Amino acid sequence: MKRSLIFIISLLMVFSVVLAACQPAPEPTKAPEVKPTSAPATVKTEEVAQPTEEAKPVETEEVPEVKEVTAVIGFTTSQTGKYNVSSTRQVSGLRLWMKDVNDAGGIVLSDGTVIKFSEVTYDDESNTDRVQELYTRIATEDGADFLISPYSSGLTAASSIIAEQYGKIMITTGAASDANYKQGYTSVYQAYTPASRYLTGAVDLLGKLDPDAKKVAFVYENSKFSTAVVVAAKDYAVEQGYDVVLYEGYDPETTDFGPFINKIVDAGPDAILGGGHFQDGSTFARQIYDKNIAIKFMTLLVAPPEPDFADLGEAALGVIGPSQWEPLAAFTPESAEQAGLEWFGLTGDKFVEEYVAAYGEDPSYHSAGGYAAGMILQKAIMDADSMDFEKVKAALDGVDMLTFYGHIKFDTSEEAHGLQLGHSMVYIQWQKDADGNLVKQVVWPEEGATAEPLYPLH
Amino acid sequence: MGFLLASVTDGLLIGFVYGVAAMGLTLIWGVMDVINLSHGPIITLGMFGVYLLFTGPLGLNPYLALLFVALGGLLFGILVYFIAVHRVIGASHLSTLLATYAVNMIIIGIGTAIFTASPRNVEFNMGRLTFGNVTLLGTRVIAAVASVLVSAGLYLFLYKTRPGRYIRAVANNKDAAELMGVPSMQILALSFGLGTMLAAISGALIATFFPFTILAGGAYELKSFVISVLGGLGNPIGALYGGLILGVLEGIIPTFMETTWVPVVEFVLFVLILLVRPQGLLGVKK
Repeated sequence: MKRSLIFIISLLMVFSVVLAACQPAPEPTKAPEVKPTSAPATVKTEEVAQPTEEAKPVETEEVPEVKEVTAVIGFTTSQTGKYNVSSTRQVSGLRLWMKDVNDAGGIVLSDGTVIKFSEVTYDDESNTDRVQELYTRIATEDGADFLISPYSSGLTAASSIIAEQYGKIMITTGAASDANYKQGYTSVYQAYTPASRYLTGAVDLLGKLDPDAKKVAFVYENSKFSTAVVVAAKDYAVEQGYDVVLYEGYDPETTDFGPFINKIVDAGPDAILGGGHFQDGSTFARQIYDKNIAIKFMTLLVAPPEPDFADLGEAALGVIGPSQWEPLAAFTPESAEQAGLEWFGLTGDKFVEEYVAAYGEDPSYHSAGGYAAGMILQKAIMDADSMDFEKVKAALDGVDMLTFYGHIKFDTSEEAHGLQLGHSMVYIQWQKDADGNLVKQVVWPEEGATAEPLYPLH
Repeated sequence: MGFLLASVTDGLLIGFVYGVAAMGLTLIWGVMDVINLSHGPIITLGMFGVYLLFTGPLGLNPYLALLFVALGGLLFGILVYFIAVHRVIGASHLSTLLATYAVNMIIIGIGTAIFTASPRNVEFNMGRLTFGNVTLLGTRVIAAVASVLVSAGLYLFLYKTRPGRYIRAVANNKDAAELMGVPSMQILALSFGLGTMLAAISGALIATFFPFTILAGGAYELKSFVISVLGGLGNPIGALYGGLILGVLEGIIPTFMETTWVPVVEFVLFVLILLVRPQGLLGVKK
């Protein structure tokens, strides 16, 4: 009995591991072609300040009826599971936006309708199956008017199918993979810089710092997002004349990078580019430091821009990370004017101030992405002067604005509808300030740099 | 060649710690016939124990903190035994699986609420020695030595002390042991406590050289299953050898194929051993 039980468990484990290893970059299935119905808001409508028969004013002039409409925004949060930190921060940013809009009196349409926002959310456990189940529930039973994506490209791929199937507009944040926007979807819009442009700036930075450094190693978590980033960055590096001496993925559950690092050392690269998410990136950076590897340049995904990355101490020093946004980023109404773009929303300083006051911690780029997703929706509703599905969608197609988070503009082609075109990455590096404390500095692009890059790393 | 030597060395050093982690699982399995699905989160609690004692106001040296973690692990295990396991001892395997899985979910849920899934790091350095391509990290060497000492201590306890003999007697035949006057309930509780203590110790050692999250124990739990089979089910000392075999495999495999294939090879080996030699490489047929 004992042996047969453990045999069955082991067989299940083997099958799951083999399946995981055999699918390097899962592609989402194409959404069924269900034409969205023109979906006006089907939500609670409260008539505000209705004058009684007796109290009716005597004036003959018609006073427009003020209606308050609550638009329900649906999304899932990874309250548990491996995306907990990034997802929680993303949702914190979104909630701050919702509070700001509601506190400011909501969005007032030309017919006097006031739109305020409420949320419906569930814990997706960082699990794709739960996302499919919950977004279906949010879109149907909970009657959400608009959707915001979960965190991560993998989970967003699952929720995008649901959004398209049920004719809901979804703003994605925390979801960089390009593939999601090349499925023929028409109601999914991306706030993040796409994965294909995530690491290309790091290649440019390396070229600027050391034209003689030509050998690069791409090492990456075997996940949808990281694979998409690295495939594009590798092609770009080859175009730039780099010699890719190692190009290899690692299992997302990897705990000991020792043998993998030995393999990297054996390949003798000048630079390491890649990584995956927070946990593996932190472990990898610490082990590179512990082994004292003679590497000149290291850029990792996701982990370095997180404020908690500084907990690694000396191991964090010099590590570079691409970031969707940094508090130091200088997007202002003035820069919008210079660029000939419309400015929308609050300033970066104000966002940081409000976020710190609300949550007692500095915002990460995930937080800013959450807030920006809300702002994009707000702008589209304002431009559409309606909550009608088609009108809001047309407004989103026409968005071309600068916010504290950066430039927002979407691809409207059939091939990549909703893909982010305007936004670009900044690259941070952990350096020491005058007191010896670890601080993030923007080192690329040059025009936004706040410090000279530390080079070489070790 | 240098790369291979460096990887084998890394694998051997981490293998000792894997061995201690698996000893906890296999001890509980062997004595109580219980597959402890809370093994992973208990490893994580060991990590957080060292982290909190090191970064807290006491600022304890991680190796001193290890002693407190070990004691805490023993007491926590005994507590878990009486709350969640005792009533389902002797019931179907499904009951014990569900009971320990519930403990797993409770620990992860509370842990996530308190600590979030943010990585934690014990910034502690014991230096390094470099010989050509081989780098020996002080923390890893100490962890390997500590693992050997813990294994030796467990061996002495099981074979040279009365409670140890009682544990082996209960593992062999619980009814007969009871007829001989062995207090089986206390012995089962002690066994569960020892199992969790070993898991907590391995977590504490791992925390000295790897960052971790509240979810980190899951990966070590899976490895512990493989090691338990390699070393022989219910054979705690064999688990140490199993850990070394797994560690070396993890070191060698990346030299021949992509790193993503490491878990595939490990689990294929796992099934093959169950098919060909179900008592484990180092186990004896009952």
